[in-house]
Amino acid sequence: MNAVRRVGIPALSNGGGSMSPGRKNVLDLDDFSREEIDGVLQNTTAMREVLNRSIRKVPALRGHTVITLFHEPSTRTRVSFEQAGKVLSADVINVTSAGSSSKKGESLYNTALTLQAMNADIIVMRHPHSGAPHFLARHLDSCIINAGDGAHAHPSQALLDMYTIKEKLGSIEGKRVAIVGDILYSRVGRSNLWGLLKMGAHVTLCAPPTLVPPDFLRPLPEEHPFASVRITHRVEEALDGADVVMALRLQLERQASGHLPSLREYSRMYCINSRRMELAAPDAIVMHPGPMNEGIEIDPEVAHGVRSVIDQQVTNGVAVRMALLFGVVTPDRSVAP
Amino acid sequence: MSAAVKQVLIKGGRVIDPGSGLDEVADVLLADGSVKAVGQKLVAPEGAEVLKATGLIVAPGFVDLHCHLREPGFEDKETIATGTRAAAAGGFTTVCAMPNTNPPMDNASTIDYVMRKAAAEGAVRVLPIGCVTKGSAGRELAEMAEMADAGAIGFSDDGHPVADGALMRQALTYASAFGLPIIEHCEVPELAAGGQINEGWVATRLGVKGVPAVAEEQMVARDIALAELTGGWVHLAHVSTAGTADMVRRAKERGVRVTSEVTPHHLTLTEAAVLGYPLGGTGGGTGGGSQYDALTSDAYNTFAKVNPPLRSQFDVEAMIAALAEGVIDVIATDHAPHNRQDKLSTLNDAAFGISNLETALAAVLALVHTDAVTLTRLIESLTLGPAKLLGNRAPRGLGTLAKGAPADIALIDLDVEWVVEPEHFVSKGKNTPLAGATLKGRVVKTIFAGRVVFGPEQGKAS
Repeated sequence: MNAVRRVGIPALSNGGGSMSPGRKNVLDLDDFSREEIDGVLQNTTAMREVLNRSIRKVPALRGHTVITLFHEPSTRTRVSFEQAGKVLSADVINVTSAGSSSKKGESLYNTALTLQAMNADIIVMRHPHSGAPHFLARHLDSCIINAGDGAHAHPSQALLDMYTIKEKLGSIEGKRVAIVGDILYSRVGRSNLWGLLKMGAHVTLCAPPTLVPPDFLRPLPEEHPFASVRITHRVEEALDGADVVMALRLQLERQASGHLPSLREYSRMYCINSRRMELAAPDAIVMHPGPMNEGIEIDPEVAHGVRSVIDQQVTNGVAVRMALLFGVVTPDRSVAP
Repeated sequence: MSAAVKQVLIKGGRVIDPGSGLDEVADVLLADGSVKAVGQKLVAPEGAEVLKATGLIVAPGFVDLHCHLREPGFEDKETIATGTRAAAAGGFTTVCAMPNTNPPMDNASTIDYVMRKAAAEGAVRVLPIGCVTKGSAGRELAEMAEMADAGAIGFSDDGHPVADGALMRQALTYASAFGLPIIEHCEVPELAAGGQINEGWVATRLGVKGVPAVAEEQMVARDIALAELTGGWVHLAHVSTAGTADMVRRAKERGVRVTSEVTPHHLTLTEAAVLGYPLGGTGGGTGGGSQYDALTSDAYNTFAKVNPPLRSQFDVEAMIAALAEGVIDVIATDHAPHNRQDKLSTLNDAAFGISNLETALAAVLALVHTDAVTLTRLIESLTLGPAKLLGNRAPRGLGTLAKGAPADIALIDLDVEWVVEPEHFVSKGKNTPLAGATLKGRVVKTIFAGRVVFGPEQGKAS
């Protein structure tokens, strides 16, 4: 009997892929190769099959402990990781800052050591400070999966976005992807940049100049990893011929912080609406990482329209996270025979 | 210093005394706490201790215009006793203590307290700096005249600028009565708000808020204009950008009373140190990765978080050039010791600062090894340069080996290679981005007031 049968995940007809042998952490996509991203996406398909069964449970991570450590409010990401862990039969424990010792002044370092001492195999972490997962990874033996850190990265979101693009459009290579919104603070946008560029997409970023990192407003050197990214401040230009339109959440405090004159003006200039979507490719899809501010960065008609794949993103999110949880615990094992 | 202090003859070293232009193999005789003679083949008086210095540099003890001894109030980070011993270990025999203590040194009695404590417990000379404003709060002037009488050598709200331009004007005008500088931490609060590291690609890729160079430069421009207006003296603490160097150069050409200092880290490290790749070579930039490589779990290196932030390579080169040509007057350490927990955190939560006294010389010697700065200029910027800025607040001859100068000496081995091991620091602050780096050259012995305060004989002579 091979490993595949034992963990209960179906083999893939095309052979499947795996994560890098020895990968312990998923902190961002900057250290993923194209092959490794492909491997995760293929394993995601296998996980999707499990999710389509009438009894959604396989023993792959039986006896493993997954702790979700969330220092920021989150519904979809935390629930998605929790469900992913449970479908794989891991013991999942949720820790949020509201109900944890961090409220009593315990340092992140000591909290982390405590969780490790409880034999956490995987810690899935969300934190308002960029680099918090790197800090844990530096000090712990547990596997660390970044579920969003500050304005830095959100790799599982980017992977589920890429999986959804591939599912809907057949491939990522050569596709024109327009990312519209708060590029300056968006960890979703950043991780998607790394991932999409590695997969050969053509990426256009669109935002008012105040919501673009200041160094992106000057010409980037040739050797810069994002040198090929097009930046525009006109949403019509970004959407023109786009295969994928990805709207990012606008944090509502951007008006008070002086980045924008008003949400009203932002909405008039950048909202993804059906009129603007006519500029995109005929079969273009619309994505949003959620939660949405309908009427600000995306029009409800588009968000719930025929081109929207936002609900599929959520479903795929569980499968991607299953692939990641499985991947870090058994990095050298493909789900294929 | 009692009469029991014996005479010391330092024999056969290469004596570099920027004050007299001396750079030759010679002997130095110290007696009764001062320099007695510098010359060839000096004969040891009876009972004198003879120190062989063959192959070593003999320089005046270093003078640090900017360090944080943390006492009173933050004795978990450093004390006057530990900080001055760290200074001695780095060749510093005079250190100027910043007033951001708790309570802050904003009146004559706290100045007096620190001076008494230093006289009783310090290993080297401590000269206090007083606050510009009461409680460093930036609202009302502190009692500068009384602090000057008590021994303050200048005034600073270091850690913060004097943000209110009208108040800064009054401070410069008021302090001109006693010829002391306002030492300004140049940073426009609104432009620096929330900033963790330098603004640029490293901050962008790490997803943390950057501090733009203009946050420093706007304040430098204002302070130069105010110094010009008032005739007061502004000393710019820890300058870090190419734009600042340009403005200081032009202001000096116009005769504005502006002086400035630069830290060892702003001369030798870039923002890339925050990425956490291993440091390569002697004291310099990153050896193990480029700013475009994938991050590792060593990224977000809190030990490289300092204010002002480590800047770009362009800025570092501008700092070196400005130091070499004298636009920047001196090297000051901004020694900022912190305890373990202060840095054992995310980048956002980590304290700003580097424990610097014990690596300062070795770090900047890299500039000499690469011929960017001459050895004489480097030593001048650590001795005569800062002593000049202290003027008559310093003992006569400080920072030189002139006859009658304080018997403060640093003996330097230029070529010894050593690995920085913070766990062996004398300072309580083990916070340095240089941990594990190999540096070339170090202070091997320090003499303060005629007594060995650091080196193999440490303890025996006192």
